[in-house]
Amino acid sequence: MLTRREALLGSVLTAAAVAAIGSTPAMAAVTDVAELPREKVTLVAPPFVHAHDQVAKSGPKIVEFTMKIEEKPMVIDADGTQLNAMTYNGSIPGPLMVVHEGDYLELTLINPDTNTLAHNIDFHAATGGLGGGALTLINPGEQVTLRFKATRSGTFVYHCAPGGAMIPWHVVSGMSGAVMVLPRDGLRDEKGKPVRYDRIYYIGENDFYIPRDEQGKFKKYDSAGDNYDDTVKVMRGLVPTHVVFNGNAGSLTGENAMKAKVGETVLIVHSQANRDTRPHLIGGHGDFVWEHGKFGNPPAKDLETWFIRGGSAGAALYAFRQPGVYAYVNHNLIEAVELGATAHFTVDGKWDDDLMMQVEPPKAIAS
Amino acid sequence: MSFDPVFSFGTVAAAALIGLGFSHAIDGMYPQPRGPAVLTEMVTLAPGSFDHPQPGEFLRDNHPAAAPVAKETIETPLEIMRFQVTASDYDRCVLDGTCKPADANLAGYVPVTGVSFLDAQAYANWLSARTGETWRLPTDVEWAYAAGERFHADIEGGDGDSADPARRWLTQYRTEAALGRKPDPEPRSLGAFGANSKGVADIAGNVWEWTATCYAHATMSSDSTLIASSISNCGVHVVEGFHRTYMSNFIRDGKSGGCAVGTPPDNLGFRLVHERGGFLQAALRRLGLT
Ligand SMILES: [Cu+2]
Repeated sequence: MLTRREALLGSVLTAAAVAAIGSTPAMAAVTDVAELPREKVTLVAPPFVHAHDQVAKSGPKIVEFTMKIEEKPMVIDADGTQLNAMTYNGSIPGPLMVVHEGDYLELTLINPDTNTLAHNIDFHAATGGLGGGALTLINPGEQVTLRFKATRSGTFVYHCAPGGAMIPWHVVSGMSGAVMVLPRDGLRDEKGKPVRYDRIYYIGENDFYIPRDEQGKFKKYDSAGDNYDDTVKVMRGLVPTHVVFNGNAGSLTGENAMKAKVGETVLIVHSQANRDTRPHLIGGHGDFVWEHGKFGNPPAKDLETWFIRGGSAGAALYAFRQPGVYAYVNHNLIEAVELGATAHFTVDGKWDDDLMMQVEPPKAIAS
Repeated sequence: MSFDPVFSFGTVAAAALIGLGFSHAIDGMYPQPRGPAVLTEMVTLAPGSFDHPQPGEFLRDNHPAAAPVAKETIETPLEIMRFQVTASDYDRCVLDGTCKPADANLAGYVPVTGVSFLDAQAYANWLSARTGETWRLPTDVEWAYAAGERFHADIEGGDGDSADPARRWLTQYRTEAALGRKPDPEPRSLGAFGANSKGVADIAGNVWEWTATCYAHATMSSDSTLIASSISNCGVHVVEGFHRTYMSNFIRDGKSGGCAVGTPPDNLGFRLVHERGGFLQAALRRLGLT
């Protein structure tokens, strides 16, 4: 929650502050934007992504999104550990929003009066006004509309940044997501040849810091405000109690494992708003990886593991060649296995002996 | 309107004894501990009117505007603690099992610090129950009235420029930076910052004070300073001190939760208002029945 005078980054900036509310200066400033066609998009919860064109079919437009902020308890592991979550649109991470370079992203952000905290949104894809944070701070019971021009392509984090100590706390309570700005003519490989994807998944990785009681058990709190003091103490240790994909240790496994078929190309967008991570597809690769997430740079090829800097989102393109179950992990394997950062792909299709075969099954060592 | 006729503007009028079986003697500015009770010196301020910049964020014609100044009136004598609630006062509530221990580990006749709005409210409720009287946090208007010449409103960015929102952010940032206030984290003994012209001590020292007023976003009509509509967020309350600011109810450390550019609240504490007439009259007054 707020507050206006709460400083950004430990007392540097008051700006987040100030403007807040429903001011929409862009409206007045740019007259011809009003003439642009508008498209209204309904967001879907990750790992899924709303339908979109990979290559833009027309000129720039205004793409309208609406997100409702929901504060609610969410379970983050198999033991039922509870996070007093703060969410964009009810999910951790918030939904992926896709536009094209040169489009205008127009977000209406709603903070229902059933919430208790003030929130805003800082888009790393946006220019000025603290990424929009300075123009979007809303109390429970308010809504605000922000528009920004997608001036550069790539995958970009967005997160809540309501000032001072509230910033990291809101982010590690779940308030982050990503925007994907596609080049108007779609993705290109390192030689400039167009590449397409058959499926896209969006994975948001979160580090959580849940306080423990005297017995070492995770504590449960009635509301977010109640956990603040204890949580900040854990946060300052910089050792997360959970590192998970999509809000819960098992959220992308079992029934909810991501799906693909042999021969399909999948684009995996991976964001981490707070902390470095190193995705790895066990048994697969990154055919083309935009490690920084920015499509203006040629993709790296044939990566085994890629690095997503805290506060950024990257994208990896991979054509599955072999059926089976793949684990997609943060390849700090302690974080993957002990703290939760593991997802699965189930891939159907025909096995290719050329790529791999068990020449001899396990047997007693030949002497 | 009925009130105790014993008051005098700007100086001590009444020394209220809270708590149990305790001498009435007060010498100087520093009440001494004598046994288990709490001695709280009060200042009673005569009714009056004053111009007051309103708290909150303001919009006019869809862009930020300077806080409007309104004439505020204190209609009945205002009885407010001369000093901030002390660490030892607060400890009694902690020992009673009602209040959460404060974050600051100070004891005795220094202001209690490291307390949130919720803690301050818990203390006021405890004290009220303990004494059978009504104790509560002052409103922003009451606090400003008691602060008198030491009151400072928000660090103001002025009216926004509809064509350039950044101008206001820069103005406010530079104004705040120019104040050049140095951190002053160590709470002093009561009275160390002296009294204002009304006899209220330690106003705008290094302990900021919680009030009962909620943070609000207000929209003014385009041709006046009248507030057309307002949405308040009572998860955030007005905090007063070297300047006025706003903090989430559960923040206990003003430095991390606080303002900007070198002027975050050094500490968070509070003082209380004593409602005359006890619970019934206070309730009636709240309902507008007196
Ligand atoms: Cu938030």
